[in-house]
Amino acid sequence: MEALGTFGQLLAGGLLTGLVFALVAVGLTLVYGVMDVVNFAHGEFLMLAMYAALGLALVGLGPLVGLPLVAIAMFLFGIVVYRVFVRRLLAGPPEATVFGTFGLLVLMQGLAQALLTSDYQSVPSPPLQGTVRFGAIALSQATLVEGLGALVLTAALFAFVEYTETGRAMRAVAEDRVAATLMGIDVQRVNGLAFGIGAACVGAAGALLMLSYPVYPTAGASFALTAFVIVALGGFGSIQGALVGAVLVGLLEVFGGFYLSPELKMVPVYLAYLAVVLLRPQGLLGRR
Amino acid sequence: MKEVRLRVRRFSTVLAAVFALTAAGGGVTHAADPPEIVIGSILPLTGPSAQTGAGLRTAQQLAADLVNGHVSYPLPLVGKSGLPHLGHARIKLVFADSQGKPDQARAAAEQLITQEHAVALIGTYASSTTATASQVAERSGIPFLNPDSSAPGLTARGLKWFFRTTPHDGTFAENFFQFFADLKKTKNIGVKRVAIVGEDGLFGSGASDAEEALVKKNGYELATRVSYPATTTEVNAEVQKVKTSSPDVIMQASYVPDALLYMRGYKQQNVEVKAILAQDAGFIDPNFVRTLGADAEGVFTREVFSLEIKHRNQAVPLIDQLFRERFAGKPLDGNTARDFMGVLVLADAIDRAGSTKPEAIRAALQATNIPGKLTLMPWNRIHFDATGQNDGGVGIIEQVQNGKYETVWPFDVSVKPVIWPMPAWKR
Repeated sequence: MEALGTFGQLLAGGLLTGLVFALVAVGLTLVYGVMDVVNFAHGEFLMLAMYAALGLALVGLGPLVGLPLVAIAMFLFGIVVYRVFVRRLLAGPPEATVFGTFGLLVLMQGLAQALLTSDYQSVPSPPLQGTVRFGAIALSQATLVEGLGALVLTAALFAFVEYTETGRAMRAVAEDRVAATLMGIDVQRVNGLAFGIGAACVGAAGALLMLSYPVYPTAGASFALTAFVIVALGGFGSIQGALVGAVLVGLLEVFGGFYLSPELKMVPVYLAYLAVVLLRPQGLLGRR
Repeated sequence: MKEVRLRVRRFSTVLAAVFALTAAGGGVTHAADPPEIVIGSILPLTGPSAQTGAGLRTAQQLAADLVNGHVSYPLPLVGKSGLPHLGHARIKLVFADSQGKPDQARAAAEQLITQEHAVALIGTYASSTTATASQVAERSGIPFLNPDSSAPGLTARGLKWFFRTTPHDGTFAENFFQFFADLKKTKNIGVKRVAIVGEDGLFGSGASDAEEALVKKNGYELATRVSYPATTTEVNAEVQKVKTSSPDVIMQASYVPDALLYMRGYKQQNVEVKAILAQDAGFIDPNFVRTLGADAEGVFTREVFSLEIKHRNQAVPLIDQLFRERFAGKPLDGNTARDFMGVLVLADAIDRAGSTKPEAIRAALQATNIPGKLTLMPWNRIHFDATGQNDGGVGIIEQVQNGKYETVWPFDVSVKPVIWPMPAWKR
């Protein structure tokens, strides 16, 4: 009975952990899907959003109230970064976006360290610190809200891409940039929008994560690494894939940690990743 | 074509200038003055630990100034207007920047020895930079005093010229068991099952190894040992492992983000233990109590220093005051107090040596025996064993009580009684 309770607890914990991971991964996969750019600075966007949420919390707007503000600010930030920087990279050789966004990562981390110091900072006495019980399973309110937030966000993003005119334009650009241009779609505008929405996603994620994590200049890096694995696992560019991949990673990490050893908890995750790359290189839900 | 070549040349000039600057950056900030006795100090003056480095530099300079001055305190060699056995020669600290990088620390040590003719070196805060800088001192036959690095392995390298005043992580682990023994003796509180949790880097695994060895040696039961990657973003499995092993106490070595994750996990899973004993780091960061609020109540952590040591040595508040005046009002802490003492220990040894010959200073260091009450620290004494480790080092144990870290052990410097077991989790 106790073993069963532990199993249920791990299952619930893994699922929620996966959803939190999905929160970070969806923005990354959207940008890749539309413009074939892997934004290496994605984790640093997250870090920036976390600092923004912290700043709002310090003037009295808690992470949940601050969420829309952070998302909007990050949306604008994403568009600016696209207009001034990424657009120029796209004109160069394919490697340019790799080195360019990696350079952005280094710059943002360095600036954060110089301007905000490398100290850990967190929202003082954040809300939702209680526990919710479902029988033998105990979950923290904060994680529950983060997980549900991820579900809503992913669903909204999916609906946007599938059912709106702009979403269709994005998919058209993703499928064939030249043909899309010929159909009268403004590729630059669509690209900028995708980059902005990707950043807004990570903005929402950053605000939610401040419920349970401290922020510091390299805070985004550990989430981003997992996000890259998730995107590759679920299929580059696939929003549903990111969700499925994230939940899979969450479950593998938690079960691996308990039944193998916490030290080895990433091993099943990377094994699954290797298996997918070898057997189904386009990812679980990716299209060729 | 010509323009391109010009540009390349200009670029190389700039590059050369940058290289020259970086090379000098390892650099020395004061020029040596021959009649004074030069002690070379290597600290992280730039880079991620620059803020800490600035505090350490202030503390060391304060110690040197007090040795050179004439105001007396209950501290070794302070207020005698320099070193009496050397004709009141003055101590001069020459600082060099490690940037927190091992290779840079090595270069700084070389520079201090060959160009500044330092008679001894002190530093360097991070264990990794202390490791490389002290190798240079060893090769050159110059005494190296380390006041502030806690990796146990540093004094296990068989070095002849290396002396460490601070206790290391193994000592702190021993303190937890002495604390248990004292609780048993005075309050008849028994502890049996110990769960050990530590991040899997040098810090956490070193602390966990020491704790595990002591659990076995002292006849306790090891409930479980959890070793986890410090960069993890969730600790579901780890907390379950601890919970299912039903320990009496948890001994933990974690950084800030993971310490917060664990504390929330323990609460959420209602992990009921009598005590959580942490190896400072994440558990003593200002963020810990601020973020967790009431959930941090009752947590124990080891510390190296507390201003409460004033009950044993009244110099503590006076030095604290002098330090605040020089360092923007910030109080003396474990790092700065240890570095302050480090300079005094070196000055005392050089004075007793009555010579600036390295071999004489080394012999004097080996003969060091400063009673604990003449230090700012909770230590029993300063006396080096054959490995160069101070065998009189002790840490203190603090407990979060009403949102503040209160010293609860050793009992003779404690200010508040121990709250045991720690309170149940607030629902």
